[in-house]
Amino acid sequence: MALLKMQFPLHRRVRLAQGLWLISWMTVLAGAFTFSLGVYLKTELLRRAEVMDNTEIHVVPNILMLVGLASIGNYMFAGRICQDSLDPSRFPRWKPFLLPWFGLSMLLCAHLISAVVLSYALQGSLEESLKVGLRNGIRFYRDTDVPGRCFQKETIDRLQMDLRCCGNTNYRDWFEVQWISSRYLDFTSKEVKDRVRSNVDGRYLMDGVPFSCCNPSSPRPCLQEHLTDNSAHFNYEHQSEELNLYNRGCRQALVDYYMGLMNTIGPGILSVISVQITVMVSLRYLQTAMEGAAELENPEDESVGYILEKGVKETVTNFKGAFLNLLQPGSVEVAPEAAEVENVDKATSPPASS
Amino acid sequence: MAVLKVKFTKTSRDKLAQVLWILNWISVVTGVILFSLGLFLKVEINKRWELMAERDVHYVPNMLIAVGLVACGINFLGGKICYDCVDNTKFLRWKLLMLPYIICTFFFTFSVLVGALMCYGMRSELEESLTLGLRDAMRYYKDTDTPGRCFLKSTVDLLQIQFQCCGNVGFRDWFQIQWVSSRYLDMSSKEVVDRLRSNVEGKYLMDGVPFSCCNIDSPRPCIQHQITNNSAHFNYDYQTEELNLWMKGCRQALLEHYTSIMQSIGLIVLIIWLFELSVLTGVRYLQTSLENLLRQGDPNSESEGWLLENSFVETARYNFNIIKSLGKNNQIHTADNGDPNMDVPSTAHYGPDNVPPSRHPWRVDHGAETSPQSSLASELPRLRAPSPQSSLASELPRLRAPSPESPPRLRAPSPQSPPHLKAPLASEPPRLRAPLT
Repeated sequence: MALLKMQFPLHRRVRLAQGLWLISWMTVLAGAFTFSLGVYLKTELLRRAEVMDNTEIHVVPNILMLVGLASIGNYMFAGRICQDSLDPSRFPRWKPFLLPWFGLSMLLCAHLISAVVLSYALQGSLEESLKVGLRNGIRFYRDTDVPGRCFQKETIDRLQMDLRCCGNTNYRDWFEVQWISSRYLDFTSKEVKDRVRSNVDGRYLMDGVPFSCCNPSSPRPCLQEHLTDNSAHFNYEHQSEELNLYNRGCRQALVDYYMGLMNTIGPGILSVISVQITVMVSLRYLQTAMEGAAELENPEDESVGYILEKGVKETVTNFKGAFLNLLQPGSVEVAPEAAEVENVDKATSPPASS
Repeated sequence: MAVLKVKFTKTSRDKLAQVLWILNWISVVTGVILFSLGLFLKVEINKRWELMAERDVHYVPNMLIAVGLVACGINFLGGKICYDCVDNTKFLRWKLLMLPYIICTFFFTFSVLVGALMCYGMRSELEESLTLGLRDAMRYYKDTDTPGRCFLKSTVDLLQIQFQCCGNVGFRDWFQIQWVSSRYLDMSSKEVVDRLRSNVEGKYLMDGVPFSCCNIDSPRPCIQHQITNNSAHFNYDYQTEELNLWMKGCRQALLEHYTSIMQSIGLIVLIIWLFELSVLTGVRYLQTSLENLLRQGDPNSESEGWLLENSFVETARYNFNIIKSLGKNNQIHTADNGDPNMDVPSTAHYGPDNVPPSRHPWRVDHGAETSPQSSLASELPRLRAPSPQSSLASELPRLRAPSPESPPRLRAPSPQSPPHLKAPLASEPPRLRAPLT
């Protein structure tokens, strides 16, 4: 009835213990690797924190960092257990720690899986956060004299040049915002007054973009102003012109960048998960095989190793029973007694009937 | 008289050999470092080949690469030699090779030093190359439709953005060239025609710069056109405006970038040179102490090691004379009328004591008349005869009379000289053995 039973002669036990020791130290390194991946992702997110509205996406690197640190300690402990497992006098003192260790390992694996799932699930939230952040950044582009916002211009310019993007969704977002500060506008000039009056909020709107939207690969010197006016520039048609400015919106560029980063990290995390599961399963086999060997008259004989002593269903019911006992220590245990009575009946009735 | 003599016991010799073995392997690693530094410098220079005119700036990274490879080889051999030096029998294998190896390594460390100094000296070549290259790049900025030059615009723009610079020396360089291509100029417009006519060569010059010159840190949206016209922009004074465009010239920016790279590389190469020199000193001590040990015969005794057996001046003079005499091997000794057997003592029986005459009767006249050089040359056959130092000392009084310069030479035979003396001895055994007492 045991789950996945395997025979373990002495040499196989020894081989299992040695191999497991090696793999647990590899898992320690994998834990350090996970931690460093978490740190890298976090620094990349923090670099562009000024254009993000909320920090929900930071839960992914936080999980990676915590799990990485915890698994370093956890699997060093496993290595120590493996070292002592071949010595029958030292192994018994680790016995009470094994069940909590399995619980902790399963928790760490579950967290890693959740981190991978979240990195895809939170994409929508990331996009929303970027939408709001970029909108604010573009709105406050001109406020280089307002404390707290004076570096927005530099941030947005650097972002647009580094990621080769323009505006939130595309370059037309700049047409809806006054991105030239009023202190550089000559309010005595007729042209400025006309423009300011032409819209409800009294803003100086123009069909121009900042210089950071310019594409260096364009064969033509950059056209920044009067973008929708074909007659303002010689040999220019704004509908077919593609190389003059960056076509991509910065929100799309940032989402693509971070998704690309997580897609690269994903396989690494999945391989760490598989290594951890291997260690857990092997350690369970080692534990059961060693315990079985300790009970034999000749400790060097073959013993049986398994994952679960009884089937899955029975283990679950036993576990539930034990859990309920913990919660209600004083109450009368009706169910097991009833079962005993039934068994006794069953045992007595056939002899009575026969 | 030896330079920096040190006594070596057996254990200290063994320890020296082991330490040198490890140090030689570390030197192989430093050779790899040298090679990679040269490669890095070459890649950095090649990255901007479009902005550099044809100048010979590649000799520095090429030298570093070659020196790095040679260092690996030499130090690998040195490691092998030092490993074998612990065992006396194995040392005999390398005995004849060690001195040439040390001389080669000495010249090699000299070339490492030259490589380090060249790093610092490359600056002027680079500056010239960059000036011409940037000037041409800016001139061809507008030629995005000419094959071979179509990416210069993008290169210059990205350079100005990355290095935060504008123009060759400053942003005014852009005022002197036409950087807007003629196919984007409306030739029918009056303004364009006026501008083209306003200068001799018919170029469309304007006081504007490309967008890549714009300074990110400016609080104001970038002013690219009509830069010198204060009235064209509100609240603008171009003489005091510093944050609008990048102020630095690209030549200076690139030069600073490359100079900092080369200074750090030069420093690392100097440190590697000092390390190689110390390893070479150790190997020299090991070689001399082992050779002295062999001469003494007892493998477990103490021996002395030195850098040079005699002082610098004497060794230099001795080697200089060797080099001089190398060229004179085929010359006829005119002092003896071309007869090489003139001064060779005969094996004739001279009487009951068998003492040969101390001086050939007519030799003294010759000694007074002939030049010192020829008398020195004429004494060479006699010098070749004795191999042990004692017999040489016994002949000193005989030989001191004719030329005063010979004694210093006679006093100074280094341990290396026996091979030199032994060879002619091997070729003239029967005649020369007689005077040995």
